[in-house]
Amino acid sequence: MIGIGRRGLLGGTTALLAAPAILHAQPAGGVKIGVVAVQTGPQAALGNQLKDGFALGLRHLDGKLGGLTAETVIIDDELKPDVAVTKVRAALERDRVDFVVGVVFSNILQAIIRPVTESGTILISTNAGPSTFAGRGCNQNFFTTSYNNDQVHSVMGQAAQDAGYRRVFVMVPNYQAGRDAVAGFKSKFQGEVVDEVFVPLTQLDFSAELAKIAASRPDAIFTFMPGGLGVNLVRQYRQAGLANIPFLSTFTVDEATLPAQGDAALGFYSAASWAPNMDNAQNVKFVTDYIAAHNAVPATYAAQAYDAAMLLDSAIRRVNGNLAGKDALRAAIKAADFRSVRGPFAFGVNHYPVQDFWLLKVGRRADGKLETQTDRKIFSNAVDPWAAECRMR
Amino acid sequence: MTTQLLLVQALNGLQLGILLFLVAAGLTLVFGVMDFINLAHGVQYMLGAYLGASLAAATGSFWWGLLLALPAALLAGLLLEVLVFRHLYVRDHLSQVLATFGVILFLNQGVKLVWGAAPLESPIPALLEGGVEIMPGLQYPLYRIAVLGAGIVTAGGLWWLVERTRAGMLVRAGATNAPMVSALGIDINRLFTMVFAFGAMLAGFAGVLAGPIFSVEPGMGDNVLILAFVVIVIGGIGSIRGAFIAALLVGLIDTLGKSLMPDLMRLFLDASSARQTGAALASMLVYVAMAAILAFRPAGLFPVRA
Repeated sequence: MIGIGRRGLLGGTTALLAAPAILHAQPAGGVKIGVVAVQTGPQAALGNQLKDGFALGLRHLDGKLGGLTAETVIIDDELKPDVAVTKVRAALERDRVDFVVGVVFSNILQAIIRPVTESGTILISTNAGPSTFAGRGCNQNFFTTSYNNDQVHSVMGQAAQDAGYRRVFVMVPNYQAGRDAVAGFKSKFQGEVVDEVFVPLTQLDFSAELAKIAASRPDAIFTFMPGGLGVNLVRQYRQAGLANIPFLSTFTVDEATLPAQGDAALGFYSAASWAPNMDNAQNVKFVTDYIAAHNAVPATYAAQAYDAAMLLDSAIRRVNGNLAGKDALRAAIKAADFRSVRGPFAFGVNHYPVQDFWLLKVGRRADGKLETQTDRKIFSNAVDPWAAECRMR
Repeated sequence: MTTQLLLVQALNGLQLGILLFLVAAGLTLVFGVMDFINLAHGVQYMLGAYLGASLAAATGSFWWGLLLALPAALLAGLLLEVLVFRHLYVRDHLSQVLATFGVILFLNQGVKLVWGAAPLESPIPALLEGGVEIMPGLQYPLYRIAVLGAGIVTAGGLWWLVERTRAGMLVRAGATNAPMVSALGIDINRLFTMVFAFGAMLAGFAGVLAGPIFSVEPGMGDNVLILAFVVIVIGGIGSIRGAFIAALLVGLIDTLGKSLMPDLMRLFLDASSARQTGAALASMLVYVAMAAILAFRPAGLFPVRA
């Protein structure tokens, strides 16, 4: 009731601001980027990582993208699809942004992808990578510097398979992304799933589930518990003395949650296409400067946003700053002629990355902070499972 | 499911119940005595957790953190009472709900400004690390046993305070008929302020204790608040005894429901839909129980007002 009232008010305000349609004169030789990053609610920590990663990319490029002076407009989607659409429309029509980048959550991406791409503006997702836009729904104006969500879960399935685990206990939140996680894991894991437990998204105490895990004595557990859920689970799992059962997870232990999980997460596994300890010049520079600026280790949200800045820089340089020729601009982005913090990087036919995936393990850095570290490579130059269905128009 | 697992789950249920009681106790006092709906009780719990975690980090000891967080939570409660809530006692429930909801938004955003949006670490005190093996491969953390003990002691203390002391008598009298208490020469406003500050401190206490188990993050009080309201409604608004029984009931129903429902559903459905429907039903169970109890006892299990 109150939520709707607040939303209505905000929507109204933005509409009012947009109404006079004042055309801001574009500074000569400038480029304007709308950065969609959630800044409200508990998930703001992820939005901040995204925003800061992109900002650091710009700083390393001296505030210029391909020679054009860059200006960013931060758009707080508030994790509400309707709010996101209103604000993104305002950015497109009032602020006249040339690109939209960012987006942490898939449901926000689902809401804004049509308004952005139909206006002819190029959208680069730096995190959300749903299957919807990877296969039949692929879109010429949409790129992502992250991954297809299903891939990450399947990495863990393959890792469990490689490790020779026969009996795995699966626990995920009871919503679409949770069910997708189970499906992704099972797509590669051939052994027995001892039990699948679905918990509500508002779950606080895991002791009932932990007792179940102890009783079924699995070889490993697979879980997907984003945000605060993961903080609760990891600490309670360790406190219950279950840490001798390997903890395989996706989006559960990362640099955004590790400061709160602390030593309880040491030795727990995750999967991604990037980790802070990757040893290449671009990554070392990124991680060192990020820590210097924020006194926190960057997570994938920041790394993929940083890559997006580098990608845009390379593309705009390739078209000599001519943002009007959309075909050339798209081709220049597709070329992905930049040095990614994760090493090899290319775009597939559906504009999703073709890249390596790693099993990661939580470890301690030389400076005492916790981070996920590469354990071993699971997939090389992996193409997501939907790419074959894409007919790019 | 073995008997042993069932017993372990019952213990887990009691544990959740005790934690809920600690939050609900303050809420039921404030609602019962002052007839004041305080939605901000959840953020006071959150504030307690944040204060406990950061004071523990600053002093290097959980115990100092706990000791200092209690008066800090009390002060924060007093401040809120003087600045906001005092002006709402005479207003209707809708105004109270609106204003205290505003306090939720304000404080959730406030802690994010001060402590950041990422969850905070709140380690278990060294004294209470480790656990007792209650079934093969499963430790019951010592810390949880301590929380269980603290909850039971608090419940006993509150019962004594409310039933056996003069202040408690006034509180009970205030819950039954506030204007009459006032007419007998008791400064009802001061009584209200005291009850409110005490309730805030209880919420803060629960927050500090919950810190090492749950994630300390903005909005952490919101889920707890809903369950706490369920508890006080089932228990009878204003009744400490009711809150205690109802909290244990809610904890048990929730935990046992979660562990038994999926297995129960398997009798009717195939494995994969049984798991999902079971999980969905289990999360509704508490509210179904509340509706059922209210159908038979509209004023809750232990109504204060006859």
